[in-house]
Amino acid sequence: MANVISDETMEYVGILAKLELTGEEKENARKDLEKMLDYVDKLNELDVSGVEPMSHIFPVNNVFREDEVTNGDGSKDTMANAPAQKDNQFIVPKTIG
Amino acid sequence: MAKEYETVIGLEVHVELATKTKIFCGCSTAFGGAPNTHTCPVCTGMPGSLPVLNKKVLEYAVAVGLATNCDITRYSKFDRKNYFYPDNPQNYQISQLYLPICRNGHVDIDTAGGKKQIRIHEIHMEEDAGKLIHDEWNDTSLVDYNRSGVPLIEIVSEPDMRSADEVIAYLEKLRMTIQYLGASDCKLNEGSMRADVNLSVREVGSQKLGTRTEMKNINSFKAIQHAIEGERQRQIEELEEGREVIQETRRWDDNKESSRPMRSKEDAQDYRYFPDPDLTPIVISDEFLAKIKSQEPEMQDAKIARYQKEFDLPEYDAQIITSVKKMADFFEDTVALGANPKKVSNWLMGETMRLQKEKGMDQDQIPFSPENLASLIALTEDGSINSSVAKEVFEQVFADDVDPKQYVEEHGLKSMNDEGALRGIVEEKIAANPKAVEDYRGGKKKAIGAIVGQVMKETKGKADPGTVNKLIKEILG
Repeated sequence: MANVISDETMEYVGILAKLELTGEEKENARKDLEKMLDYVDKLNELDVSGVEPMSHIFPVNNVFREDEVTNGDGSKDTMANAPAQKDNQFIVPKTIG
Repeated sequence: MAKEYETVIGLEVHVELATKTKIFCGCSTAFGGAPNTHTCPVCTGMPGSLPVLNKKVLEYAVAVGLATNCDITRYSKFDRKNYFYPDNPQNYQISQLYLPICRNGHVDIDTAGGKKQIRIHEIHMEEDAGKLIHDEWNDTSLVDYNRSGVPLIEIVSEPDMRSADEVIAYLEKLRMTIQYLGASDCKLNEGSMRADVNLSVREVGSQKLGTRTEMKNINSFKAIQHAIEGERQRQIEELEEGREVIQETRRWDDNKESSRPMRSKEDAQDYRYFPDPDLTPIVISDEFLAKIKSQEPEMQDAKIARYQKEFDLPEYDAQIITSVKKMADFFEDTVALGANPKKVSNWLMGETMRLQKEKGMDQDQIPFSPENLASLIALTEDGSINSSVAKEVFEQVFADDVDPKQYVEEHGLKSMNDEGALRGIVEEKIAANPKAVEDYRGGKKKAIGAIVGQVMKETKGKADPGTVNKLIKEILG
């Protein structure tokens, strides 16, 4: 158990993940994350020089589609998921870029 | 003594590709659809949906990379960029961080001090976000996902530019290149080309880069010029007053002519990029590269040289005509119909551009056919109509793409250059203007202008002025 995650890091990761954790949840998450980092340390012991990083788990490349319109008006299905809507648009809290 | 500062600028240019469908699904990219009509489970980030790359996006990205002297990455892939924002329904944007499709390119620009090379760090493919509209009345925002998943390429330059002029020259070069490739129409005002400006200042002679800020939301060349000058000044004032420049993203407000902080810049690690497991890697073969290369059209510089050589066009004309790809295509189509190249160029640079400007149209909007312009030129060359009538007819060609030959006949605009028919009118006007005749005979050669004018008026502008002049001189001896 070499890795120790600080309170600040826990807070920051929570903000990035948009999670609000209770004290107990936070402690459990901290333990889990520390174990993960320990495991990464373990993996780092392996000599992987000369091994290309894996970018996909299947040996499949170049799956493409042609540039042809295949979808029609999808607004009904899309808007079916809206908790609140106006003029066929999702209503969200005020957001300014 | 006042310190001298140098501005260091790098650009991130987003270009919306001219595909019919989105980057990872078969939804239309057409503008103007009712909100959320061009959406599906893929572009609204529904769990379990499967994105598949649009082949045309890859072809356009590689074509732009080749035209900007980039190395094409033979093994490329997509990554997820994680952030929460309502215009991004997946909570991540599919982009390329680790293995972008193009790297290490450059373009040459013309500057006051001669040619200059601007290096391109990389070009990557990614998807656009949805559109947020602020609802003032209810103090909420509304989201339309029609733009979500529209394909973009982001062209990232090295910090090689030193002034607003160089930035504009670079953007013009990119725009021209991409327009010629047909990969995008690159309209800044419509958002199909968007530039984020990374700017820092440093003392002249310093090798170290200063802290940079990024400015977004700049949608015209004029705004870019103002934003660069304004931000340079702001940063210099910070430094002069002993403060530090803070690395942040600023939003340019063209109405207020100032920028304000938008958000402090996230570090790349905050985006927690990782390879997208839904999309397979892309392997570029020699055949694929050769095919894209073979499809590369003749670019502007080559056209300018060819127009001078093949059509004997002045360099100035060739530059103007080729500055808009559609104008160049139109020119070539008209010349191919047998029209005199210089005449075609004159009509395009003169009346066409004048009317486009007058009607607030873009230069790529040419509302008539090459056939009708060629036909109008033929009518002027064989003397069927004179130049003032030609301008009048052209306005009709521009407005309604009328057939000039038919129009001239229907409206009786054919030139009267039949000497027999004109002689009577000329004699009549000479008799009616003894003063002008006296002056002419007294040595004032210009006096016959009055008689010519009256003949033109009588014939409603159809008389050939040359023939009228000749007849008057003949009769007066």
